[in-house]
Amino acid sequence: MGYFQMTKTVVKALIHGPSTIRYPAVPGKRTPISRGHVTIDPSLCISCGMCMRKCPANAICVERQEKTWEIDRFRCHVCNCCVEVCPVHCLTMENTYTAAATVHEGRELVPITYVKPEKPAKKEPEE
Amino acid sequence: MSKEIVIPFGPQHPVLPEPIHLDLVIEDEKVKQAIPSIGYVHRGLETLVEKREYPEYVYLAERICGICSFIHGATYCQAVETVMNVEVPERALFLRTIWSEYSRMHSHLLWLGLAADAFGFENLFMDAWRLRESILDELEATTGGRVIQGSCKVGGVRRDIDGETLDAMTTRLDGFRGELKEISDVFLNDSSVKGRMKNVGILPAKEAYDYGAVGPTLRGSGVASDARMLGYAAYGKLHFKPVVEDGCDCYARCAVRMKEVYASIDIIKEAVQKIPDGPIEVKVTGKPEGEYFARAEQPRGEVVHYVKGNGTRHLARHRVRTPTLTNIPPLVKMLEGCELADVPVIVLSIDPCIGCAER
Repeated sequence: MGYFQMTKTVVKALIHGPSTIRYPAVPGKRTPISRGHVTIDPSLCISCGMCMRKCPANAICVERQEKTWEIDRFRCHVCNCCVEVCPVHCLTMENTYTAAATVHEGRELVPITYVKPEKPAKKEPEE
Repeated sequence: MSKEIVIPFGPQHPVLPEPIHLDLVIEDEKVKQAIPSIGYVHRGLETLVEKREYPEYVYLAERICGICSFIHGATYCQAVETVMNVEVPERALFLRTIWSEYSRMHSHLLWLGLAADAFGFENLFMDAWRLRESILDELEATTGGRVIQGSCKVGGVRRDIDGETLDAMTTRLDGFRGELKEISDVFLNDSSVKGRMKNVGILPAKEAYDYGAVGPTLRGSGVASDARMLGYAAYGKLHFKPVVEDGCDCYARCAVRMKEVYASIDIIKEAVQKIPDGPIEVKVTGKPEGEYFARAEQPRGEVVHYVKGNGTRHLARHRVRTPTLTNIPPLVKMLEGCELADVPVIVLSIDPCIGCAER
């Protein structure tokens, strides 16, 4: 191998600047489908519990009586499974990462504000 | 007069990326014997198959290893699909092939970087990892995950890649090939790389075969054995030839990995040309009953997923035989009689993945 074979690479590295990004100053790369963290729209959730049953990490807990949806961010491994099974599409996957948190902030409790629409009144049987 | 001493090497050691533990019996700076002991990062993943339903276990199978995660998931799905007689759509098989090859490329570039780091070539290490980053970006843009893709499921795949993206991917691969040429010239021709790796860790073809080596360790010894020749996923429909080198040393294994990156580029380009239209998944109903051994080629070698169903939603048994586990006996053979200074390079040459080996 000749002595000057890597000169091209060296010159390119000098001109190009660093390949890494200055992370906190420059936001990290992400794509529209990147998996960041799960969010819920509490006005749509019907507390069916499908996400709780399908979660491989048991990170989600849905209480039907108290009408709450709870996620443990430290257990969740962001697999997108709950988003796929949700029948009313109230769960979405944001592409930003969750900020660093302490143990106390790992659990997130969301009260469900969904109101069941009233059934249309039965028509009186015509006589 | 020389005296025998035992040096504990690992599980945590500056040159080791993985927690492998070896007791090196040395005499006059020469290794007389190497005694491996594994069990440092055991997580009991195989037992969890009894607690998770078979479609959920795909996520766990992917987490056996962080580097070859996609291939682990795909092989597990392949095993369960065969047990359940599920006909997977063609397009899903092609997509699995494309993602498998991308993960092979990123694994090999990672290894090449680590090898460069082990023999003290920092610049080359960073160049290899810079290239790997572009492959990871490609994976993230198509599957949503950089390292854990999570795009494989029993019965197909979760995400589709549209035609435009596939064409853009092949165009980017052409540019990538040009950049790869720069580092592959250094890996294959540079005298300092050769000086560190030539005639180090000799493993003749017969011994490699007898001791059960797989993957680049076996192909670096001149045996043309590759699980992709079985034609699983879409490999049967692509022109594929295993990369073989007959140097039988660390340098040959390095060359195999370098050339396999080029081979992967060719496979992806061919798969993109031949990919058919159609659905990407089928609905899977029923419960698995029966057993099957699924074989696939990981970056490190052949992996076997054994699955046994007992007619319930939970599988009765799941067993993984990973390439690192089978490559440990050849490693012990290679280490006998080598210099102490060559140990890191020899250990790295099998690309140990202890997370895989111990599950």
